[in-house]
Amino acid sequence: MNLLDDRRPGRREAALGLLATLERAAAAQTNAGAARIGITGAPGAGKSTLLDALVRRLRARGQTVGIVAVDPSSRVSGGALLGDRARVRSGARDRGVFFRSMAARERLGGLADATWPSMAVLSAVFDVVFVETVGVGQSEAEVTELVDTLLFVAQPGAGDVLQFMKAGILEHPDVFAVNKADVGAAAERTAGELAAGLSLGAQADADWRPPVLLVSARDGRGIDELADALAAHRAHLVASGELAERRRRARTAYVSDTLERRYGSFGVERIGGREALRARADAGHGAGFETALAIGREIEAALGKPA
Amino acid sequence: MTLPHRDAPWVFRTYSGHTSARASNELYRANLAKGQTGLSVAFDLPTQTGYDSDHALARGEVGKVGVPICHIEDMQALFESIPLGRMNTSMTINATAAWLLSLYVATAERQGVDPRQLSGTTQNDIIKEYLSRGTYAFPPEPSMRLISDMIAYSVDAMPKWNPINICSYHLQEAGATTVQEIAYAMANAIAVLDAVRARPDVPASALSRVVGRISFFLNAGIRFVEEMCKCRAMAELWDEITRDRYGVADARERRFRYGVQVNSLGLTESQPENNIIRIVLEALGVTLSRNARCRALQLPAWNEALGLPRRWDQQWSLRIQQILAYETDLLEYADLFDGSPVVAERVTELKRAAREELERVLAMGGAVAAVENAYMKRRLVESQTARLRAIEHGEIQVVGLNCFTESEPSALTEGAHSILRVDEFAERDQIERLRAFRAKRGEADVQAALQGLRDAIANGANVMPASIRAAHAGVTTGEWAGVFRTLYGEYRAPTGVAVSAAPAADHTLAELRKTVKQLGDQLGRPPKILVGKPGLDGHSNGAEQIAVRARDVGMEVVYEGIRLTPEEIVQSARDEGVHVIGLSILSGSHGVLVMDVLEGLRRAGLERVPVVVGGIIPDDDAAKLAEAGVKRVYTPKDFDLNRIFGEIASLVSEAAAA
Ligand code: B12
Ligand SMILES: Nc1nc2c(ncn2[C@@H]2O[C@H](COP(=O)(O)OP(=O)(O)OP(=O)(O)O)[C@@H](O)[C@H]2O)c(=O)[nH]1
Ligand SMILES: [Mg+2]
Repeated sequence: MNLLDDRRPGRREAALGLLATLERAAAAQTNAGAARIGITGAPGAGKSTLLDALVRRLRARGQTVGIVAVDPSSRVSGGALLGDRARVRSGARDRGVFFRSMAARERLGGLADATWPSMAVLSAVFDVVFVETVGVGQSEAEVTELVDTLLFVAQPGAGDVLQFMKAGILEHPDVFAVNKADVGAAAERTAGELAAGLSLGAQADADWRPPVLLVSARDGRGIDELADALAAHRAHLVASGELAERRRRARTAYVSDTLERRYGSFGVERIGGREALRARADAGHGAGFETALAIGREIEAALGKPA
Repeated sequence: MTLPHRDAPWVFRTYSGHTSARASNELYRANLAKGQTGLSVAFDLPTQTGYDSDHALARGEVGKVGVPICHIEDMQALFESIPLGRMNTSMTINATAAWLLSLYVATAERQGVDPRQLSGTTQNDIIKEYLSRGTYAFPPEPSMRLISDMIAYSVDAMPKWNPINICSYHLQEAGATTVQEIAYAMANAIAVLDAVRARPDVPASALSRVVGRISFFLNAGIRFVEEMCKCRAMAELWDEITRDRYGVADARERRFRYGVQVNSLGLTESQPENNIIRIVLEALGVTLSRNARCRALQLPAWNEALGLPRRWDQQWSLRIQQILAYETDLLEYADLFDGSPVVAERVTELKRAAREELERVLAMGGAVAAVENAYMKRRLVESQTARLRAIEHGEIQVVGLNCFTESEPSALTEGAHSILRVDEFAERDQIERLRAFRAKRGEADVQAALQGLRDAIANGANVMPASIRAAHAGVTTGEWAGVFRTLYGEYRAPTGVAVSAAPAADHTLAELRKTVKQLGDQLGRPPKILVGKPGLDGHSNGAEQIAVRARDVGMEVVYEGIRLTPEEIVQSARDEGVHVIGLSILSGSHGVLVMDVLEGLRRAGLERVPVVVGGIIPDDDAAKLAEAGVKRVYTPKDFDLNRIFGEIASLVSEAAAA
C-alpha cells in the first residue's frame, strides 16, 4: 500500500510493475473479484458511520472487507485530517477488515491518485471493497467511473434533493440511502422527494431502478436491506454483462487520467492525442496497469526520455 | 456595609483518593483532622468508565489517579469511621454515577444512616464528559436517562443530595472562552431539566424542587475580575431561565448554587512555584463577591503540571482557603460590587453574548444534538487552538513559561521527587481483594440483582432501587456497567478536530511548511502521522492540538480520539502506513502503555517507525522511555508547537534515510 502511494519516479514504475503482475494473476481467476462499491454524499451525511454498520453486517455474513477513505487536503498547507477511520470502528481488532485513509492531495474530485491502484490490490484480497469520498458534484462522476456500484448517502433535510437534481448527481448512483431515519418524518420526506426526483430523470443503466432506502446507522434499521440491495445490484451487473462494461470504463478512466496527469497534453499528443489515448485504454486489459505502463513508456520514448 | 455576623465560610474540599479504599480512607481522615470540611472523592479511571480492576482495559490504571471502587466492601472501607450522616461528600463520578451513588446509599444503610440524611453531590454530568472529560461509557440517550433517573429518585428519597453538578469547569480546561463556558453550561442544564420535566413520574409540582437541587461546578481562571463577573452573570441567567422556562416561582429554588475548582490548565511546569500565586488569585475570583460566592471550593496544588500532589502539597492549598476565610476580613462585608457600573457592564455583556451562543445551540436541537453533531466540541478545540497560538506568539503572557523565563533553580523541585508516586503493587492487591470478594459473595443473589436491573431498564422503571439492591447483593462495578454496555453498546464522541481554516502563516510556520514539503519529496508522499491516545486517559487537549498543528504544517494526520488499546494503535499504524507515531498520555500510565505499543510495533515489524510521546512524563520516566526506544518526550513546558514539529520532521527524515 505504501508503495502504491509513492510518487518518486523509480517507485512509481515499481508499483505499476507489481500491479501489472497482480493484474495477470487476477485475469487467471474466473470470477469477477471483489465487489467494488463507492460511497458518496455530502459532508456529515453519515457515510462513515453507515459504512461501519454495513461492515458489521457483511462480516456477520462472512465477507471480508477492504476500505479506502479519501479526505480533502488543505489547499494552504497541503496537510490533511483523515477523520473517517475514527468512525469505522468495526475494523478494529478484526483481521477481516482493512482500512486505509488517503488524502486527496492536489486532486479536487474527491479521489486520490492511489485510490484505483489500492482498490485493485484490495480487490485481490477482500470480498468487498469500499471507497468513501466526500462530495456533492464532480466527485460523483469521478468515483462512479471507478466502482461497480455507487451508493449515495443523503441525510434528512429539505432543499438538498433539489440541488442534487440540478447538479445532475442523481444520474450516477445505483443505490440511494437516506440515513438518520431515526430522526423521523424528515427522513421519510427526503426519501419521498428523492424517489420522485429519480422517476423524472434518466438513469445510466436502463435495466436497473435505483432503490431508495431509509436507513439508520445509529439504530441499525434498514442496514440488512441495504446490504441486500448492494448485493442485488452486483448480481444484476453480473447477469446483464454490465460488470465487464463498468470494469472497462474504469480502466479507461484510470489509464487516461493517470497518463494525462503525468505527461500533460503535450505528452499525450506524442501518441496521437486524447482520443487515441482513450481508445487504447479502452482496448487494453485488466485494471489497466500493464496498459498504462506500456503507453507510458511509449510516451517517454517519444519525449526522448530514457525508458 | 459590614455584616452583623461574619458569614460562614464555604465548604473546604480537596480532590483526592488513590491506591486503595483503605489508603484513601486514611487520607480523608487526615484531611478532615486538618480542618477540611467536606470530602471530594477522586475515583480511578476504570471505576469511572465502568470496568473492574481486573479488566484488560484497567491495566496500569488501577488506583492511579483515584481510588478503585469495585463493590460495596470497597465503598465501606472508603468511609470507614466517617459518619456519612454528618459528612458532605462530593463524588466526581459521571457515566457510572447511578452505581456509585447506589453503593454510597447502601454503605450509609449499613452504617445505620437514613439516605434522607445524606448530603453531598454526584457530579453526574455526561455532556461535559463527551465534550471534555472523556469518562463516558454509554451513548447519550441512555446516559441522559440514567441522569434523569437519579434526579427523579433523589428529589424525594435524598432531599439533601445534589444529584447533578452541571460542570462548566471542564469546558474551560478544554479551552472554552468565558462566553462558551457560560452558554454551554446553561445549554447542558436545560437539556437535563427538559428531560426530567418530560418524565411522567415527575409531577409538575415537583419541578420547582428539582430545579432547587441543581447545582453547578465552575472554573476560575487567572483573569479573576472577569471570572467574578462570570459568576454573577451565571447567577442572573440561571434566575431568568428557571423562572421563564420552568416557571419556578420561589426565588430560593432559583438560586445559583455552585462549587469551584480553580483553573489548572494555566498552571505551569516551568517555575512551578508561581502556581501557588495563581491559585490564590483564582480563589479570590469566586469568593470576593458575596452575592455570587461559591458554596464549596477545592484548590489544585502548586505541582499540578508535574504529577499527582503529595499530602503536603494538598495541605498547602487547604491553608490558602483557611487563611482567606479565617484570617482576612472577606466574610465580614456585604457584596462589594453591587452598584459598580464597571462590573454591571461586564456582566451585561457576558450575559448577552452567552445568550446568543445558547440560542444557537438550542436552535440546533439543544446540548445533546450539539454534542452529536460535534458543534460544541469543535468550538472548544478552536478556542484551545487560539489560546495556544496566543501563548506561542506571546500575546498571552505566562510568567516563567513564555516570558521572564530566567530563573534560579526552584527550591521546591530540587532533589528528591516532588510528586506522589502510587505504589506499584496497588493494582495487584486490588485485584486480589476483588477476586476474594467475588469468591465469597452469593452468586444467586448477584444474578437475581442483575436480572432485576435488566428488568427495570426493560420496563422503563427507575434504575436506582434496582441498583441499590445490586449494591447490597455484591454486584461489581464492571457487572453493573456491563448490563448497560450490552444493551446500548460503546459510544465514541466526536473528536472535534475538524478542518478549520489554517491560521495565517507566520514566518516559522511558513519555513516549517517548506521543510515538510521537502520531506514529502524525500518520502514520495507527504509525511503521515498517527496521533494515538492509548488507555483510559481522557486528556485530549494535547493530542487534539498536535493533530491540528500537524495538518497546518502539511502533514497527513490520523487521529481516532481517546481510549484506544495499544493493539488498535499498532493496527492503525500498519494499515495506514504512517511515518511517525505520536502518543499522548497524561494520566500517568505511560510506563505500561508505551511499552505495550513499542512491543506491538516490534511484533508487527514496524520497529523502524519513530515513536514520540507527550504528556505528563516525569524526567526519570522520560529517560526510561528513551532507553526503550522512544525518540522524543514532550511535556507541558514545550509550548512551542512549531519547534516540536521541526524535530519530528527531522526524525522522520532520518528514519527514511536510514
Ligand atoms: C486540562 C486538564 C484536564 C481536563 C482535560 C480536558 C481535555 N479534554 O483534555 C479535565 C478537567 C477534563 C481533566 C480531568 C482529569 N484530570 Co487532568 N489535567 C489537566 C491539566 C490541568 C492540563 C492538561 C492540558 O490539557 N494541558 C494543555 C495541553 C495542550 O498540554 P499537554 O497535553 O501537556 O500537551 C503539551 C505537551 O505535553 C506535549 N504533548 C502532549 N501530548 C503530545 C503528543 C505528541 C505526539 C506530541 C508531539 C506532544 C505532546 O505537547 C503539548 C504542547 O505543549 C493537567 C495538569 C497540567 N497543568 O498539565 C491535569 C492532569 C493531567 N490531570 C490529572 C488527572 C488525575 C485528571 C483526572 C484523571 C482526575 C480524576 N481522578 O478524575 C481527570 C479525568 C480525565 C480522564 N478522563 O482521563 C493529573 C494526572 C496525574 C498524573 N499524570 O499522574 C494532572 C497532571 C493534574 C494533577 N497534577 O493531578 N484534566
Ligand atoms: N441521528 C443519526 N445520526 C447519525 C447517523 N449516522 C451518522 N450520524 C451522525 O452524523 C454525523 C456525521 O457522521 P459521519 O459518519 O462522520 O459522516 P460522513 O458523511 O462520513 O462525514 P464526512 O466524512 O466528514 O463527510 C455524526 O455526528 C454521526 O454521529 C444516523 O443514522 N442517525
Ligand atoms: Mg466520513
